[in-house]
Amino acid sequence: MSEPPAILVRDLRKSYGDVDAVRGIDFDVARGEVFGLLGPNGAGKTTTVEILEGYRNRTGGIVSVLGHDPAGRPRALRERTGIVLQSSGMYRYLTVREAIAHWAALYPRSRDVEEVIEVVGLQDSAQVRVRRLSGGQARRLDLALALVGDPELVFLDEPTTGFDPEARRAAWSTVRALADLGKTILLTTHYLDEAQALCDRVGIVKDGRILAVGAPSEIGVDAASRYRIAWRDEHGDTHVRETDDPTALLHQLTSGALARGVPLRDLSVTRPSLEDVYLELTAEAEEEAGRV
Amino acid sequence: MSEAALVWRQYRLERRMFWRNPSAAFFNFALPLIFLALFGAVFSGNQDDLDVIVPGIAGMSIVSTTFVALAMNTVALREQGILKRLRGTPLPSGAYLSAVAMHAITNTVVQVTLVTVVGRIFFGTGWPKDVPELVVFVAAGVVCFASLGVALAHVIPNLDAAPAYTNAVFLPLIVLSGVFYDAGKAPTFLHDIAVALPLTHLIDGLSSAMVTGEPLSDNLGHLAVIAVWAVLGIVLAVRGFSWEARRD
Repeated sequence: MSEPPAILVRDLRKSYGDVDAVRGIDFDVARGEVFGLLGPNGAGKTTTVEILEGYRNRTGGIVSVLGHDPAGRPRALRERTGIVLQSSGMYRYLTVREAIAHWAALYPRSRDVEEVIEVVGLQDSAQVRVRRLSGGQARRLDLALALVGDPELVFLDEPTTGFDPEARRAAWSTVRALADLGKTILLTTHYLDEAQALCDRVGIVKDGRILAVGAPSEIGVDAASRYRIAWRDEHGDTHVRETDDPTALLHQLTSGALARGVPLRDLSVTRPSLEDVYLELTAEAEEEAGRV
Repeated sequence: MSEAALVWRQYRLERRMFWRNPSAAFFNFALPLIFLALFGAVFSGNQDDLDVIVPGIAGMSIVSTTFVALAMNTVALREQGILKRLRGTPLPSGAYLSAVAMHAITNTVVQVTLVTVVGRIFFGTGWPKDVPELVVFVAAGVVCFASLGVALAHVIPNLDAAPAYTNAVFLPLIVLSGVFYDAGKAPTFLHDIAVALPLTHLIDGLSSAMVTGEPLSDNLGHLAVIAVWAVLGIVLAVRGFSWEARRD
């Protein structure tokens, strides 16, 4: 007998007036899995997640989260989930420690407050009032508040948007640590590398539909996000190479050119823009959908 | 944790945060006392006027600790996304709202007590003549103005607009309703507006309880007007309640 999935979504639909934000989404998230909804802004990711979190009512379809229908916001479900919203404030006149301790008291099986402060790296700011936190520290507090109830399932809505590279790495390792603890994680992102780095499986969302679901490598997230190096040789011919490791390829190219004493004209290193990648990833899926 | 324990915890948190926010503490406690001191000084020596101003300021205190505070706070919590965050936790909505209500009631009780004591010591208004009647009118005023404050919050579009909307109601209300003078002596058209508003009736009730000793049985009409506004406030507060900032 296989374990029921942590999240089950079938033909999920949501309209705001005449606007269809979500138009029939299906996916499952297994227990202990890190699942990513990847897509451009306005694709319907946040609407989908907020329906699963119980913030919005769906227009149609079936949704089950840890065996509950989130639409009724059952307390038993809220006790087992942690939510990091895309943006949400916190009581400004509390200290970090007071805020986390208060949240801990709201859950039946909470984690140790000091331990959570350490997990998110706010040891040095535990006595600081929320209103004095920097943007990055506030985001870490968001994570701490979502984790302190020791949830089985964690929702992360664009957890690293606006982070600098170092903060992103730190956030990624926290997410990985959560996954190692066996937590189920549903995250949304519009960063390909984030989906690739964190997710066991990814669903690509565009215009309120899922175009492809699978491991990042299966559905081409990694291939589509390769670096593209282009140059013209001494004869004026244009060359283009794709690589995951631009450093090595550049070294090879430039040292070769130097050794032979020839120029590399118009040398450029580019990554396909997000739009290009979605186009590439989704063109095939849309073609298939069109054929049916 | 039991629901009662959660209410208590949230209540204690509200108290702590309140005292850490200087502007909230000022508008709730200091402003009515400053008005009382100023008008008390202006009217000093005229006991009739002092007997008007003390219940008037008590009525104003009820409005500022419930209506003004809840309108401003609800908008701030909603627009900052704190209400939305709370909604994702296991804290039951009823426990949260009870704690917030208890917090407002505490402020009201403290403030009405302060005004009474200051009135007794400095302005010779005497101790309340009818304490049960005082309790009834304070309780009715709290329910009425707390719900109207939450209802007003639904109309306020964003945080920046909150003081303007709130004061646009609060300032004319306290002037019209006879906080600073006997509303019965105002020109007819102002008096006609005033008798339709709940604060006029609350102040009349407080005046009976604190100064004249007129029994509650003679003030049921005042209580009825407050009750009608309270029902309206509760309906509007519950109907329009939003846990989330509006998206444009």
